Amino acid sequence: MTRAPLPVALRCAIAALVLGFLLLPGAAQAHIVKGEAIGFVSGFLHPVSGLDHIIAMVAVGMWGAQLGRPAIWVLPLTFPLVMAFGGFLGLIGVPLPGAEIGIALSGVVLGAAVLSQFRAPLWLVATIVGIFGLFHGHAHGAEMPPGHNPLLYSAGFVLATGLLHLCGIVIGLLHRWRWGGYVIRAGGGAVMAGGLIFLWQAVT
Amino acid sequence: MAGGALRIAAVAIGLAALPAIAHAHLVVTGMGPIYDGIDHFGLSPEDSIPVVALALFAGLRGPATARLLLAALPLAWLAGGMIAFSGAAAPAIGLSVATAVAFVVLGGLLAANAPLPPVVSVAAAAALGLVRGFADLSGTPFSGGHLLTLAGMGASVFVVFALAASLTLPLKRFWMIVAVRVGGSWLAALGLLLAGWVWRYGARAF
Repeated sequence: MTRAPLPVALRCAIAALVLGFLLLPGAAQAHIVKGEAIGFVSGFLHPVSGLDHIIAMVAVGMWGAQLGRPAIWVLPLTFPLVMAFGGFLGLIGVPLPGAEIGIALSGVVLGAAVLSQFRAPLWLVATIVGIFGLFHGHAHGAEMPPGHNPLLYSAGFVLATGLLHLCGIVIGLLHRWRWGGYVIRAGGGAVMAGGLIFLWQAVT
Repeated sequence: MAGGALRIAAVAIGLAALPAIAHAHLVVTGMGPIYDGIDHFGLSPEDSIPVVALALFAGLRGPATARLLLAALPLAWLAGGMIAFSGAAAPAIGLSVATAVAFVVLGGLLAANAPLPPVVSVAAAAALGLVRGFADLSGTPFSGGHLLTLAGMGASVFVVFALAASLTLPLKRFWMIVAVRVGGSWLAALGLLLAGWVWRYGARAF
């Protein structure tokens, strides 16, 4: 059974509609006042608003999945704590020189670790991830604006960070298949390339 | 016939014009003091999140510990509220710090699945209940209505604690326990951020 093709006019209309939506001005900004910790949603969106943070968080999950137990659950357990400690330092105004370079380096190093399937003792893995978590957390903490509900804002922030790790772990579980291993390593390469771009931007 | 219709219309218009408040909606009547207490607990994450965290921890520690805390936490909450009725006051910054500390400690206990002795667990529950019960009713004068509000809070604490503890009591699979512990680490992380907010903005942080 073959389907009859859509009429040309209908296809043109659908294409025009799609193009029209793409051209719509995207910044509605109807509810959340920019730069304020309004609540859960603005906190949730904060970690996912920067690609440099996203690739590092996902890479942590992917590396943990590659390493298997216990790293696969120790890293998501410890990283938010270390990152929150960095956020605490940022909030109270303790300076951390070179934070942007550290964040960019996290993409390079974590991406390279995933790409090369680098295996190391758990303490070393946790230390590497912890140091980078400190940089990420400090940047977030220093940028956190005053607002109406810091508790809900922080809850959204922590939850988004944890879910990014979870995304990385789920992607990392592909390594059970041969082709999946290649996909993950390619993902690590992409993270490393992204980290190099951010590093270039940070030092120039 | 026309006269009857006119009379009915006149009565209907008269009834419609009566100046009376319907009292049919909650905006007029309110929820009542018990439901106010339940609402307050449910709508205050600084109350409900630590209770859930402590309950999950108690469930992981086993039924004996969970039963002890199920009794200790609501009783301490009621005691804290009664202390607040006495007119005792605490600085707002102190309550903010206590909230952040509660998140860090309870999250840390849950993340570590710490094998605390039951006495220490009960002491932690009592401290949480006293502080939160006091914070909820701080500055509130004693009255029958406010007592019912406190009772609503205590009942909410009991029910939520029992339900949350029952989620982790039967957990045996490694991955499920790890998931709960990861949640604990997120909670501790949240507490650290709250501590930073308090440090930066003082009592007006939250």
